[in-house]
Amino acid sequence: MTTPVLEGRGLSRKFGFVSALDEADFEVFPGEVTALIGDNGAGKSTLVKALSGSLALDSGEIFFEGQPIVLSSPSQASLLGIETVYQDLALAPHLTPVQNVYLGRESMSRGIAGRLGFMNVPEMTNKSREAFEDLGATVRSLTAPVGSMSGGQRQAIAIARAVHWANRVIFLDEPTAALGVRQTKNVLDTIRRVRDKGIAVVFISHSMPHVIDIADRIQVLRLGTRVANITNSGTTMEELVGLMTGASTRTTP
Amino acid sequence: MNTTTEPELGKETSAIEAIRQKEKWFTRIVKMQAFQIFLVLLVLVVVFSLLAPDTFAQFSNLRLVVQNASILAVLGVGMTYVIITSGIDLSIGSVLVFSGVVSAIVMRQVGGDNWGVAAIGIAVSIVLGILWGVLNGVLVAKAKVPPLIVTLGSLGMALGGAQILTGGVDLRDVPSVLTESIGYGNVFGSIPLISVIALVVIVLGAIVLHRTRFGLHTYAVGSSEEAARRVGVRVDRHLIRIYALSGGLAGLAGILSLSQFSTTAIAGQSQTNLNVIAAVVIGGTSLFGGYGTIFGTVVGLFIPAVLQNGFVITGVQPFWQQVAVGAVLIAAVYIDQVRRSSTRRGNSQKNRKWPIFGRKSPPQ
Ligand SMILES: Nc1ncnc2c1ncn2[C@@H]1O[C@H](COP(=O)(O)OP(=O)(O)O)[C@@H](O)[C@H]1O
Ligand SMILES: [Mg+2]
Repeated sequence: MTTPVLEGRGLSRKFGFVSALDEADFEVFPGEVTALIGDNGAGKSTLVKALSGSLALDSGEIFFEGQPIVLSSPSQASLLGIETVYQDLALAPHLTPVQNVYLGRESMSRGIAGRLGFMNVPEMTNKSREAFEDLGATVRSLTAPVGSMSGGQRQAIAIARAVHWANRVIFLDEPTAALGVRQTKNVLDTIRRVRDKGIAVVFISHSMPHVIDIADRIQVLRLGTRVANITNSGTTMEELVGLMTGASTRTTP
Repeated sequence: MNTTTEPELGKETSAIEAIRQKEKWFTRIVKMQAFQIFLVLLVLVVVFSLLAPDTFAQFSNLRLVVQNASILAVLGVGMTYVIITSGIDLSIGSVLVFSGVVSAIVMRQVGGDNWGVAAIGIAVSIVLGILWGVLNGVLVAKAKVPPLIVTLGSLGMALGGAQILTGGVDLRDVPSVLTESIGYGNVFGSIPLISVIALVVIVLGAIVLHRTRFGLHTYAVGSSEEAARRVGVRVDRHLIRIYALSGGLAGLAGILSLSQFSTTAIAGQSQTNLNVIAAVVIGGTSLFGGYGTIFGTVVGLFIPAVLQNGFVITGVQPFWQQVAVGAVLIAAVYIDQVRRSSTRRGNSQKNRKWPIFGRKSPPQ
């Protein structure tokens, strides 16, 4: 078996008396779509935040390509090629789509102008437009603030940003929640394309048909603990629902 | 599942979008609060010019209006940055006084009346301003004390410090190289040097805000601190720099004021912070952060200035100026509110809270 590109072992995190994560294990492999499923409050978003550097853990170990690492900030995860579409999207509402895609990673002008802090706006605009077109995203305007756009458009922008920068792992926390039928299809197509580039995709969704459609591997969280880690072959919706609610158990791959 | 073949609408044609953007360019300018307030300013100038063509609409009078607004403009540039980050800086007037006082003391100690002494004085004033700003910034960014409180505290400390150093008596021995050049010197015939300095600060401030990464991060921090943090913007460091900028410009304003008035004018700046904040807000910069322009701030400064001057000239009791400016200020914030609730769907509830009373701390 190949080494997981990203692996968490015994991850725990409490919020007051609530154990959002309780000794959870998790691993993702390059070129695979891993679906992470579980009931509301199971700890999926918490797990994503912990593995993308935006939430500190109480205990547990994280390995990147087999090496133990400490993820202390999202930008550190970004440097490793780990990108995340958070459930709350984390876009700056007053900035344009282009500014949001490049915020924190701006392309600077060449030479002295760049040294003085001037940005290469045409390059950022063109590359962002390509990113949106690759996604098939209908971004209404590249120069309007994203706060004035619909939920679907904002989601598309957040996804395009993550796809644009990820080269190892991409987390998508309920990326299709605000999307219509066609946009959802675009996102699923994008996930396949990203996976085929050899990137590990983690896909969180409550839509079991989508999960069965797209996942190579399915990991189930219940009450902060991973209760199943299975390959997606011949899996049924009934089985997945049973695993999420605790009606049935299965831990073998 | 029933997946009917969907039409391939995947790629929105960029050409259409480009055309749409060109069309919208004009409407966006017109919709800008800074532009609307600019029209108000133009109307004021036209009305006063018609009422008093021989007095108001004279170059010498307009020159005076511009000259009097110059120091406030320097402060307004820094305040615009601060308010875009959804902060506030109440300390600028006191920092101006403190920097001017220490600068005057240092120049007196060094002695002499030449550009060497003046250069020392200018450097002292600006550096002290930056130090006050860094103190504000560290307390806001690291200690998470609300900016309103931090800068209210440093307002008192800087003013008290200036009074302790002088025993409350204004210093009047300012080197004449300063008063004769920056104070009432002219360039290009009759353009006040102090206004040219202010213009340079305005232009640089606008370029940095609207064209550079520093400016982009300023908007980002004000728009969503959490979003900025997650993509690696060093929010705390940026906030410290913003308050340092505001403090440094207050230090520069300190030396300008010293030069213009030949006195430390310790008691003369008690309204400065509020006047500058009013100008920034009238110019369309949002107190909620994330939105604003330097152009708007400059226009916002001239509304009270022109009203004051025009009322005096046309014989209206000048007290009406305060009434009018107060009304404009409230109208400006009201318009900002309306714009925000119409453009920020879904988010309005969460952002009701006035941010200057406390930065939104990241959840976790
Ligand atoms: N910032 C937080 N503060 C307090 N409790 C939290 C916080 N984030 C998550 N939780 C709690 O942790 C548990 C797991 O939440 P979450 O990871 O968001 O679940 P999921 O994404 O699977 O729906 C829930 O009980 C939730 O209330
Ligand atoms: Mg969640």
